[in-house]
Amino acid sequence: MSGKIRVLVGKPGLDGHDRGAKVIARAYRDAGMEVIYTGLHRTPEELARMAVEEDVDVVALSILSGAHGTLIPRFIDCFKKEKATQDLDVLILAGGIIPEEDIPALKEAGVDEVFGPGTSTETIVEFTRSHLKRPVA
Amino acid sequence: MGDIAAKGAHELFQGIVQGSRPHLSRAISHVENGARGAAELLSHAYKARKGALITGITGSPGVGKSTLVDGIVRELRKAGHTVGVLAVDPSSPFTGGAILGDRVRMGQGHALDEGVFFRSLATRGHLGGLSRHTGDVIALLDAFGFDHIVVETVGAGQSEVDIMRYAHTVVVVLAPGLGDDMQAIKAGILEIGDIFCVNKADLPGAERTRRDIEMMLDMKEPAGWRPPVTQAIAVNGQGLPELVSEIFRHQSYLVASDTLKEKNRWSYKAVLEEYLRLLTVGKVLELASRDGGLDAALDDLMQGKAGPMEVALKLLQKYWA
Ligand SMILES: Nc1nc2c(ncn2[C@@H]2O[C@H](COP(=O)(O)OP(=O)(O)O)[C@@H](O)[C@H]2O)c(=O)[nH]1
Ligand SMILES: [Mg+2]
Repeated sequence: MSGKIRVLVGKPGLDGHDRGAKVIARAYRDAGMEVIYTGLHRTPEELARMAVEEDVDVVALSILSGAHGTLIPRFIDCFKKEKATQDLDVLILAGGIIPEEDIPALKEAGVDEVFGPGTSTETIVEFTRSHLKRPVA
Repeated sequence: MGDIAAKGAHELFQGIVQGSRPHLSRAISHVENGARGAAELLSHAYKARKGALITGITGSPGVGKSTLVDGIVRELRKAGHTVGVLAVDPSSPFTGGAILGDRVRMGQGHALDEGVFFRSLATRGHLGGLSRHTGDVIALLDAFGFDHIVVETVGAGQSEVDIMRYAHTVVVVLAPGLGDDMQAIKAGILEIGDIFCVNKADLPGAERTRRDIEMMLDMKEPAGWRPPVTQAIAVNGQGLPELVSEIFRHQSYLVASDTLKEKNRWSYKAVLEEYLRLLTVGKVLELASRDGGLDAALDDLMQGKAGPMEVALKLLQKYWA
């Protein structure tokens, strides 16, 4: 009846810059979504637990540290374990500074889309809305 | 997934009873969304309530509620209790969106603790500093079996009374130097606190704030429970053991004075009122806005053809049967 799209905006790893994460968090809020903001320096295990407890439809991870190759697959692993399923019905997005050549491996690991630093928030919000993996009541 | 069939409701409830986190969190979403089947799920949950002790944390934005909640959770875990946390933040009245940021203050200590469950809720247009579904979500957490449930309210000033109806113990948090302490006290916050906590005691003026509150409390008619006024520095955990032991003391008092039952009855009344509103006002507004009846009623009012009571009665007669 009055379902809302819920998004976890997470900052895994050690980099201390959350400007990008905050910009996208506000864009999602302005698009009428409920955004759970995790704060800095979260481990993949913590983010997975949060995503489960908040029952989000979308997880958007922002990484600038260059550690995406290990942190993101580890997050997805933990998330599947926490949810006790291999078949995630949650849209998983990554953003930040991620080189083109790393994208195929991330998608292989279960990331649905990777957005580069130049992507407009409108594009990200629109993509999110049209690629949800489960209906929102 | 806005539709959980009877089987879905039963399955979700079974998951909750067996201690499955994904089931609990999905169930909360269904309840928040008013999904079909949620009523059935809740009727299981209400029957399975185990009697968790419920603590509300309220106070103006920025006084340190979330940081304190983190410390309270840590102390409760040390004492061997499991804890469910609900943190409520406001939805934007314009877009309906929300940024739920209370998790930022959650320390690493119990982020992965199996004995802790944390859920952020948006107000979704509900006034009074809580989500409309707070009572129902508390029932789900209670059925899951947490010993304690801690609810952080929005803390947006005036109407913080809602939390009194759902919590056994209300902690009102203040901070020195906000300048709004006296304002808050005048606004009736004195009436809702079972415990007062002056946080940010590292800042100048904390002792003064504490004394002010004590003085105001002294002027009140003495009742069975004299609210204690504690001090804390939530960022480093100082004063947290004392705060939590006051919470325990208040809960023992409620049991000993036989007022716990009375409080529970009162919070069931709040839940019932929500449902009655939903079934009457909610239903009339929904149906009347669907077929133009609401617009017609507003036209009548604006053109002075009828008074508000008359118009409202007509709407009730037409749409509520
Ligand atoms: N100096 C000081 N700052 C604190 C203390 N407790 C919390 N804060 C800070 O106050 C700000 C707001 O805290 P938060 O817990 O989010 O407040 P809430 O809006 O009431 O939930 C944060 O920057 C905290 O770090 C304290 O004991 N002393
Ligand atoms: Mg807070």
